[in-house]
Amino acid sequence: MSTVTMIYAGVFYIAAFLLVAGLAYKIFDYSRTPAPLVIPTTPAPTTRTGVVYRMAKEVVVFESLFKSNKWIWVFGWLFHFGLFLVLARHLRYFTQPVWFWVDIVQPFGKYASIMMVLGLAGLLARRFVVDRVRYISTPSDYLMLALLLAIGASGMMMTFVAHTDIVALKEFFMGLMYLDIQPLPQDPVLLVHLALVASLMVIFPISKLLHAPGVFFSPTRNQVDNPREHRHVAAWAARLDQNG
Amino acid sequence: MAAAEFDIPEIKDDIEIPKLREGVMSHVKSFPAPKAVQDFMGYPHELGEDWKERAIDKMGDLLGKYRSLKVFLDACVHCGACTDKCHYYLGTSDPKNMPVARQDLMRQVYRRYFTTAGKLFPKLVGAKDLTREILDDWYSYYHQCSECRRCSVFCPYGIDTAEITMAGREILNHVGIGQKYSNEILGKVQKIGNNLGLPGPALEDTLEGLEEDIEADTGVPVKMPIDVKGAEVLLVTPSADFFSEPHVESLIGYAKVFHAAGINWTLSSHASEAGNFGLFNGNYETMRKVAMRIRDAALELGVKRIVVGECGHAWRVAYSFWNTLTGIGYGGNDPFSIELQKQLDPAYPQPQHICELTNDLIKSGKIKVDPSQNDDLVVTYHDSCNVARASRMGTEPGGQFTIPRELIKSVANNFHNMADDTIYESTFCCGGGGGLLTDDLMEVRVKGALPRVTALNNVVKEYQVNFMATICAICKAQFTKVLPKYGFDMSMVGGVHQLVSKAIKLDVPPQAD
Repeated sequence: MSTVTMIYAGVFYIAAFLLVAGLAYKIFDYSRTPAPLVIPTTPAPTTRTGVVYRMAKEVVVFESLFKSNKWIWVFGWLFHFGLFLVLARHLRYFTQPVWFWVDIVQPFGKYASIMMVLGLAGLLARRFVVDRVRYISTPSDYLMLALLLAIGASGMMMTFVAHTDIVALKEFFMGLMYLDIQPLPQDPVLLVHLALVASLMVIFPISKLLHAPGVFFSPTRNQVDNPREHRHVAAWAARLDQNG
Repeated sequence: MAAAEFDIPEIKDDIEIPKLREGVMSHVKSFPAPKAVQDFMGYPHELGEDWKERAIDKMGDLLGKYRSLKVFLDACVHCGACTDKCHYYLGTSDPKNMPVARQDLMRQVYRRYFTTAGKLFPKLVGAKDLTREILDDWYSYYHQCSECRRCSVFCPYGIDTAEITMAGREILNHVGIGQKYSNEILGKVQKIGNNLGLPGPALEDTLEGLEEDIEADTGVPVKMPIDVKGAEVLLVTPSADFFSEPHVESLIGYAKVFHAAGINWTLSSHASEAGNFGLFNGNYETMRKVAMRIRDAALELGVKRIVVGECGHAWRVAYSFWNTLTGIGYGGNDPFSIELQKQLDPAYPQPQHICELTNDLIKSGKIKVDPSQNDDLVVTYHDSCNVARASRMGTEPGGQFTIPRELIKSVANNFHNMADDTIYESTFCCGGGGGLLTDDLMEVRVKGALPRVTALNNVVKEYQVNFMATICAICKAQFTKVLPKYGFDMSMVGGVHQLVSKAIKLDVPPQAD
């Protein structure tokens, strides 16, 4: 087994652990932190079902962002939907036999990478061009977009320009999953792509990428507007009732 | 101690997004609260040696108590969607008045002390140690936010800058820099019963005077009862309604509605204030203490219904928080809630907004109105931020927009909305909400009113609108002060019940007392 294979195997075990453990901790932390007051941004749904629908619209079509700014919406949605299809397509490297719907998504996923990279490029351009967005951008905001762009570009290189040994790559990842390490193809583009993906996995739970789980815990979006009919009291606040 | 001179912005045809002008509003400092005021609130009145530790400790405490704060500080991706949504940014062009930048004043410190990335790579993620300069920025810019929630409508994660501002003010109070205006009012409401510091006997005199005025004006003996045990309805209204213009015209309107409908009602000297500045300061316990006055008055007077007058943030606290804070509402099955619930009449929502009550009475024909009495007026309606984005009326989402408009249209024949992107959930704050309605913040107030004034100017030009109705005591006070600076007549602002008051028919009351 080559050193490169051993390093990448180790890196992916660590990255996967940090991603899962970090996200699990954050989700646990959000869910245990009380929301003592009813603060949905109104008009808000008056039923739980309505809230599910509102949240679905936020997550799938970015409703609030659509109301807000059409440019950010176009670029943001292209990127996220592109990324979703690309990720779905990548499931073929982690499943055997490949799930039927992944096969259906496969051809779309291939071209979705173009959507993804276009969206990212648009978002990056806004950080340079719009004075208000430039003012609020930190180095990490640029780097995050650069990282995602590099992941997309290196992936597209392998899809459209120089194919890597995809059969061997799948054996490597299936091997990782079943604790039976197989050699990783030593293709420089692939190695760059994988290294960047591993860094993204590590960064995810300690960065602004927490907006992904965060949106589901946002009280202004996930609360039901029914404060006159239901008494909503957090545990720490309920103690005040006993003390009069 | 007059505030610095400043230029009144020019009203353009459209609301324009200005180019950034860094630091142009950094000189704004609301007067800090003196020792006596801070003492009463239980806060220090000056920075101690350990202020930094106290600030960080308090931030940690709030992060553990409020999921909103924790999620909002984590989730922002700096997308920029909110950057052109705040009326204070649009009016001042100071970038720290962009919602995300206002949040970042706290987020930079949060990242430094509470996140892995900020501890390891502060420069990379814009994390900063807490310094006196940052604290001064907090004081300045957390008092240039009216907590109106317009940004939260447009944020893809619903991040509400109001929650950050409230936390910022709470931390500032804990380290010893409180705001004189809000904290003084919180003292008055707890010691005397209302924000204006109007004692019970003075209030009774005022009400008697108003009764005489109404009778002289209409020939009908409309009463304004106070502290009447066994009344059906307790009306809780902002104390400005008792003697500020144009507020008092709405109070007269409520009294006429109760009279015409034959509803036995009362005010309370103990709870002679609907406003609750505890909301603005972000302190749950203060807000609860202030709200408990209403519960106490309701229990003491034995009323069956609680109705709230025209006040924006008060309606937010009443509608969204009273049930939580004081058990005024339904659904609680603890002894604290049940004690009050068994007294309240389940046929009505608790609390009920005066607009809900009046609109129902007109629709069901229990009171009669003559809209032609308002034919001299061309009316528009300003949605107050806390009513629009933090509460509801009626049973359907959006009732807070439709019910006041239905009511206006039933008592006035000429009505026109302002532009769509300036009303309903996109409404612009009057510029004086959230604890900013003080002369030491006049520059912020005038400039922050620019988007609303621009939209108003357009309907004045297009439809000859000469009256802007609103249901918020702060909006009324702010506009009467600020509109003249833009060349409008201050009397063009007033309450919805000011219109009701003119249109209501009192000659044939449905029943005698």
